[in-house]
Amino acid sequence: MTTPAASTFALLELRSCTIRFGGLTAVSALDLTVERQELVGLIGPNGAGKTTVFNLITGVYRPTEGEILFNGRSIVGQRPHEITEHGIARTFQNIRLFPSLSVFDNVRVAFHLHLVSGISHALWRGRAFGEEEQVVAAQVMEMLDLFQLGRFRDAPAKSLPYGDQRRLEIVRALATRPQLLLLDEPAAGMNPTEKAELMKLIRFIKDKYKIAVLLVEHDMQVVMGICERIAVLDYGVKIAEDTPAEVRKNSKVIEAYLGEDHVAPG
Amino acid sequence: MKFKGLLLIALVVSALISLVSPRFNPYYLDILLGIGINIILAVSLNLINGYTGQFSLGHAGFMAVGAYVTASVTMFAGPPLLAILGGGDSVAGVSILFFLGLVLAGVVAAVVGFLVGVPSLRLSGDYLAIVTLGFGEIIRVILQNIQAVGGPSGLKGIPPYTSFFWTYAWAAIAIYTVLALVHSSYGRGFLAVHDDEVAASAIGINTTRYKVTAFVVGSFFAGIAGGLYAHLKSFIAPAGFDFMKSFDIVVMVILGGMGNTFGVVVAAILLTVLPELLRPVAEYRMILYSLLIIIIMLTRPQGLLTFNWRPRAVRAHEQS
Repeated sequence: MTTPAASTFALLELRSCTIRFGGLTAVSALDLTVERQELVGLIGPNGAGKTTVFNLITGVYRPTEGEILFNGRSIVGQRPHEITEHGIARTFQNIRLFPSLSVFDNVRVAFHLHLVSGISHALWRGRAFGEEEQVVAAQVMEMLDLFQLGRFRDAPAKSLPYGDQRRLEIVRALATRPQLLLLDEPAAGMNPTEKAELMKLIRFIKDKYKIAVLLVEHDMQVVMGICERIAVLDYGVKIAEDTPAEVRKNSKVIEAYLGEDHVAPG
Repeated sequence: MKFKGLLLIALVVSALISLVSPRFNPYYLDILLGIGINIILAVSLNLINGYTGQFSLGHAGFMAVGAYVTASVTMFAGPPLLAILGGGDSVAGVSILFFLGLVLAGVVAAVVGFLVGVPSLRLSGDYLAIVTLGFGEIIRVILQNIQAVGGPSGLKGIPPYTSFFWTYAWAAIAIYTVLALVHSSYGRGFLAVHDDEVAASAIGINTTRYKVTAFVVGSFFAGIAGGLYAHLKSFIAPAGFDFMKSFDIVVMVILGGMGNTFGVVVAAILLTVLPELLRPVAEYRMILYSLLIIIIMLTRPQGLLTFNWRPRAVRAHEQS
């Protein structure tokens, strides 16, 4: 999926990104890099600006200052759907499925970017259209089965149990065939068993689809357990960036966020 | 595919019925054609309001555009064109003229829909409703001020070309278009926009393009319906295309169930027939009509027909 020409660049690079809302500086001069197939965590106290970073990357907000490069090209000022087209997919903190669509259709609609068929094919319903629809249906089912959602295929998305909704949202994001997946608090509201499954799932996705993952999460067990590198935000400023083991020992991070309980047990 | 087969059957059936329809009671035939026209209006508005979730109150405006365009074609360009097409009252000549007039009506209405849709669809909810209402009225007022088409007193003596075939062929095409669009991987995007615009753009859907597409397709069929209406009633005036007409169509969509084509068709039939059935109660007619709508709304807020009806062809297709 990676083009040879682009491989000399980091997959995603934020260069001193700042965004202000009136007098409030939500994110201040943030530098952040995600390499190909890397699993990076973004943590920090509530209101530190983590979700704002996601919204900057995905084009929901435009940075007041700074540059955002994806595969070496600037994506600042592009609209969210264009950024998804480049290969960045996301999930939302408060799950945003298409509630009235079936589980199957939630994933099917995400194949949209890679369809040859458009409006004219849908109207004419010729052979090429029928064949593509069958290919898409098969791929959707393959993904649903892979993530144990196949049995829900015709159920409305809103009727799914919470954990399955989270998983479906991830599957839908994967269906856009991203190179970078942004997960916004995927473990929120999960019990310990579900969290353990989620960790396995994220690792599995990263290995199977060979993509990078940027993870915003409050659950330290999850973040420390799977991330290769962690950046810590506090009041919009990056106060640390290191391996989980080092971040755990960082005095600034302990003071701002982790508290004494999380000092490395050994 | 079976989908296209159903359309073909519908076209053939309407052609066959059209052979005997001139012998129908004129009053019933008038209602029957009115039903067909309302089906086209409601089904096309349902693509915008129901499936895509963009609440438009300007459908009558696009209908007016279509009505005036077709009427102008048949009245002003008709006589010279008919002379070329084999003269006088030849069925073939009239059919070609009327068909071209209707298609032109649809295209012009679609263009107007595009021009109105691009700025309006940046808004959503109540704001979009108000802006489309405004545009609908603007179209009407513009027509009112064009003296060449009769100004406020309207156009009289439009040739009565609207037949059973034309009405129901276009109704079938409108239903086919909306269903074919919505029942495709491409078309699920309309429903995604309806459900959650933020999530839709996060999976790469150009929400503006989908909304404008729904608006343009909807306006096209509103234009066609307008053309059929003009040549059914033989008389059109701007006052007939005010926002009350838009409301009537919206009520059909809501009553039928937003995004439920089958339900909307049933509602269009019901709401065309109901005022006629209530004629014997004379002055209480509109009161009863309104009461019935309120009762239906209270008892079936999700629409008359809530079950998720889909053509067998589509269901089979989805399971394959």
